[in-house]
Amino acid sequence: MKEQLLYALENHSKRTVKDLAAMFGTSEDVISEELTQMEKERIICGYHALINWDKTNTDKVTALIEVRVTPQRGEGFDKIARRIYMFEEVKSVYLMSGGFDLTVIIEGATMKEVALFVGQKLAPLESVLSTATHFVLKKYKDYGVIFEEERKDERMAVTP
Amino acid sequence: MMNRELNRIAANIPPSGIRKFFDIVTTMEDAISLGVGEPDFDTPWHIREEGIYSLERGRTFYTSNAGLVELRQEICKYLKRRFDLDYHYDTEIAVTVGGSEGIDATLRTILNPGDEVLVPEPSFVCYKPCVSLSGGIPVPIALKVENEFRLTRAEVEEHLTEKTKAIILSFPNNPTGAIMTREDLQAIADVAIEKDLIVISDEIYAELTYGEEHVSIATLAGMRERTIVVSGFSKAYAMTGWRIGYVVAPAHFIDVLKIIHQYAIMCSPTTSQYAALEAAKNGDKDIEEMKGAYDQRRRLMVEYLNNMGLECFEPQGAFYVFPSIQSTGLTSEEFATQLLKSKKVAVVPGTAFGESGEGFIRCSYAYSVDELKIALERIEEFVAEIKENKSK
Repeated sequence: MKEQLLYALENHSKRTVKDLAAMFGTSEDVISEELTQMEKERIICGYHALINWDKTNTDKVTALIEVRVTPQRGEGFDKIARRIYMFEEVKSVYLMSGGFDLTVIIEGATMKEVALFVGQKLAPLESVLSTATHFVLKKYKDYGVIFEEERKDERMAVTP
Repeated sequence: MMNRELNRIAANIPPSGIRKFFDIVTTMEDAISLGVGEPDFDTPWHIREEGIYSLERGRTFYTSNAGLVELRQEICKYLKRRFDLDYHYDTEIAVTVGGSEGIDATLRTILNPGDEVLVPEPSFVCYKPCVSLSGGIPVPIALKVENEFRLTRAEVEEHLTEKTKAIILSFPNNPTGAIMTREDLQAIADVAIEKDLIVISDEIYAELTYGEEHVSIATLAGMRERTIVVSGFSKAYAMTGWRIGYVVAPAHFIDVLKIIHQYAIMCSPTTSQYAALEAAKNGDKDIEEMKGAYDQRRRLMVEYLNNMGLECFEPQGAFYVFPSIQSTGLTSEEFATQLLKSKKVAVVPGTAFGESGEGFIRCSYAYSVDELKIALERIEEFVAEIKENKSK
């Protein structure tokens, strides 16, 4: 059930415990217990809303930065990764295979703000060899959700 | 107007009980419908994409009457993999225009005028008309809620005559959600063999069972030779509009069926056949995902309906629940009509699927959880209001 519960929550983190209990054919206590346990174990790390900020008046730019670094003896990439992900501006950090080492995703109010962060905080770090900044122009789909598409039930209302 | 008599059988078939509700619902603006008999998912993209690609490649020709060879091969592999059914792609399968054509063509293949066909009810709306149109006589068997709407040997025996030619099994069932286990089927197989009956097994919902795995009656000893299995892609892969079904049976049945299919239909739509090929090859995972979602909604529906006093047994297949509305004192049709008018929720009265559906309504859960919850809330209000009025 654990995994099924996670799949159910991954797409709808707002489901109530009552509904989840009905959907999984169990009691509310069992669901609550399961969720608390998974939160403790950091299997569930948070409950987020997926927002299309483009539709709001909030200025937000996202950049994907390819970072090449020198791994450190005994620490590998973890230490430098931590140095980077502790910055509040950094939304995601992934260790990559291939042509560069870390993908760093940064959000800022303006392009300038992001560029300054890269120039002043990220690039000067000792183990960072190079950075390449790519700005996101439009988000079509994020976390499995298509932003623009309007879903309409076009089925005939009653069919055998 | 020309005063010529039209086909007597067709002209005398009563209009579908579903049509009436459809007409009312379409005039309402914000009605919520639980009346739909098809998946709410779109066909998975990789399947749609194969259809698009086949059009881009200009594959707009006819295929062989029985369907693309590759598709027939792939369906046979699929049936072996999923249900342990063994059929030869060359001689024992025909691809049809949905399961519906499969049912019609099957009945036309086996029936002579006056042959009787046992039709357990409540069940899908096309069996009786198709039997009649083929010159046969449909003999309904009223299934009982105390048996969870499964067919029993005694019920078959009660309706047998020397003219009984065949029996239509449709499990997992629309509208009840009932299934038949191996033991249930064995009892029917025994009587079919004893009385030399043909079994038409409509297994369109075979992939949608919850808990028990689907068993095809054709896999029971002595049944392959007398069973015609009808199925298709509509429900398992959310491909209703593509209209691709198939019939598998021993060659002597399929030989005749292909003659009917060839002159009536020529072949199934080619674009759809290419899409179906992709589904049969690479769609097992899609089925599992959709089934998982249906299963959760199924439990939600059963829980909420039982809690509001509309008793329902646990359906183990398809995507319908079939709650009893007898506690409200209304007939199925009254319940459905009043619910639609006062709360703008459409359900289908059980009587649309045969007289034995009286006292029940069919609620489909091929909707998102959020939609289901709104509908359930409104049904609950409706039921509460009826009970209040009764106690006044």
